[in-house]
Amino acid sequence: MINLIKIAVRNLFRYKRRTILTSSLIAFGVVLVIVFGGLAISFKTQMVGVITNTALGDLQVHKKGYVESIDNLPLNISLSDSEYADVERSLKAMPEIAAYSPRIKFGAMISNYVQTSNIRLTAIYPELESNTLPDLIKRIKSDIGDKKNFLKQGEILVPENLMKGLSLKVGDEIVLIATNKDGSVNGIPVRIAAMMENVLGPSGKDGYIHIADAMSLLRMEKPEIIEVAIKLKQFDQLGKVHENLKKALSQQPTQKEVHTWEQLSPFASIARIVDLLILVVKFILISIVLVSVLNIMTMSVYERISEIGTIAAIGTRPSRILTMFLMEGFTMGLLSNFIGVLVGVGVLLLMDTTSINFTFGQMNVTLAPDIPYSEILLTTVIVMLVSIFASLQPAYKASRMEPVDALGHV
Amino acid sequence: MSLIKLENVKKIYQTGEIPVTALNEISFTIERQTFVSFIGPSGSGKSTILNLIGSLDKPTSGNVIVDNVNVATLDRSNAAMFRGSTIGFVFQNFNLIPVLSVYENVEYPLLLIKQIPVSERRERIHSLLEKVGMIDYRNKYPNQISGGQKQRVAIARALVTNPKIVLADEPTANLDHKTAFKVITIMHEMQKTFGTTFIFSTHDPKIVGEAEIIYTLEDGAIVNQEIKQKG
Repeated sequence: MINLIKIAVRNLFRYKRRTILTSSLIAFGVVLVIVFGGLAISFKTQMVGVITNTALGDLQVHKKGYVESIDNLPLNISLSDSEYADVERSLKAMPEIAAYSPRIKFGAMISNYVQTSNIRLTAIYPELESNTLPDLIKRIKSDIGDKKNFLKQGEILVPENLMKGLSLKVGDEIVLIATNKDGSVNGIPVRIAAMMENVLGPSGKDGYIHIADAMSLLRMEKPEIIEVAIKLKQFDQLGKVHENLKKALSQQPTQKEVHTWEQLSPFASIARIVDLLILVVKFILISIVLVSVLNIMTMSVYERISEIGTIAAIGTRPSRILTMFLMEGFTMGLLSNFIGVLVGVGVLLLMDTTSINFTFGQMNVTLAPDIPYSEILLTTVIVMLVSIFASLQPAYKASRMEPVDALGHV
Repeated sequence: MSLIKLENVKKIYQTGEIPVTALNEISFTIERQTFVSFIGPSGSGKSTILNLIGSLDKPTSGNVIVDNVNVATLDRSNAAMFRGSTIGFVFQNFNLIPVLSVYENVEYPLLLIKQIPVSERRERIHSLLEKVGMIDYRNKYPNQISGGQKQRVAIARALVTNPKIVLADEPTANLDHKTAFKVITIMHEMQKTFGTTFIFSTHDPKIVGEAEIIYTLEDGAIVNQEIKQKG
């Protein structure tokens, strides 16, 4: 085998310029996949991190039917005290879950006594929310002091848009007015604790209040939890935990639903498009390798017909000739892939040290691409397999040549 | 038992729709350790005989027995294995591999066909290159040596696998007379040294003097057989 590789390398470098050009083309394709893959995966990871760590959590539990009506923010599809206790019990029993945060979500009116606007409120226990969404406080644009207890009873975090639209400032008192599930209207005064930016951009109208205030505003005797956001210890266990939690909750008397962030966020579609683009780039790579190796190997066979006759005449078996040419294609792919991986990783390391910044919605994101080891491995496997596949036809042709005809070829 | 035996061998090539008879029911035997020449004009069937003995081609009818094997019945893979173990080839155009040095060209059949230890391989190649007078050129490439030197390298390559038979089809056709004679002399020396049966074809009657048996061919038939006394 080593001899075959030696012979393959020698044969490849007979035509240095041609081999270098073809290798460069394949290496360019590999660089493209690695760099694009690294950037795209980094972008996706960052964005998923932003969404799950500042807004949605990794998973959410609702009472059955809530997500279907989520646009109306219905208050009547909530978990009763005992139902929430059941959910809590299931969550505590799963070691993969790092934290969870119960929420009451509802629509309300916000008034500065002069102007009124609508607002979407999420009522939380600040400490639980902070544990579940560790980056939530990064969205708060004012000094909040205690980061664990960033929201006290009687306070509200108002989104930037409303702050500007209603000419509000931190410390101002405003009134929240909401209709409870029985249809009666109530209002409470609250103080603006801080302004917060919205992860989804300038159109957002999401504010936060303490759950105790929501109970008061909505005239609840006990918290009627609408959703439970969940943070996992390891994000890559999302699928497994999702399934296990669904199974656990299905055994409870009332029906609940469990959704992953992907099922709740429109960004999941963008993430899928990113995956699709990576796939497209891989197809481009496959095409480059296929055409390049097929071309070079076909040329190689036609240029060396007489030589194939000679090696066949001196006793080389057809299977050995086939292996020789396959090995040439394989070596071509291997060398090109090696160069491509080196350059690709070099480019990513360079990007990593320079750090690329961009804004997504109103969030500043720093793109620091990691080396995508799984992409490199997959790319290597693709290049190797496609190189062998592309060499197959020319190699087969070489192995089937009649030595007496090949020797007579001019 | 003869090393080579051809029995009523007929070979017809199809050139378009016209059949061309290259060999017409020929029969002969060749003994071990002999130095044999086939002489005749172009198209007389010399190369066809060598191709059949070398299992590069199959007869239309008749038997070609080489070293007790009817080579006409071998499939491609077995024919290749048979050639690798029994036959060495020297070609008119030398057929050295241009990207390999003299040493590597001789080494090539050993790398592809026979698995032998590196030290033994090196020793065998050195010994052969010394015998054909090419040891000082071992690192040269085919384009850096003359035609006669190339053919000496080809002889070393043909012998490196220790074959029982070396077939040389017009080995001197691309050489001047003096060089051609030297090449034939070297072949004869190798035949004596290794006890290999050498069979070569030529259309040049001047260089067949070294041969012990000379077959003269015309139109696919043996028209004369001359046997010289050994020694």
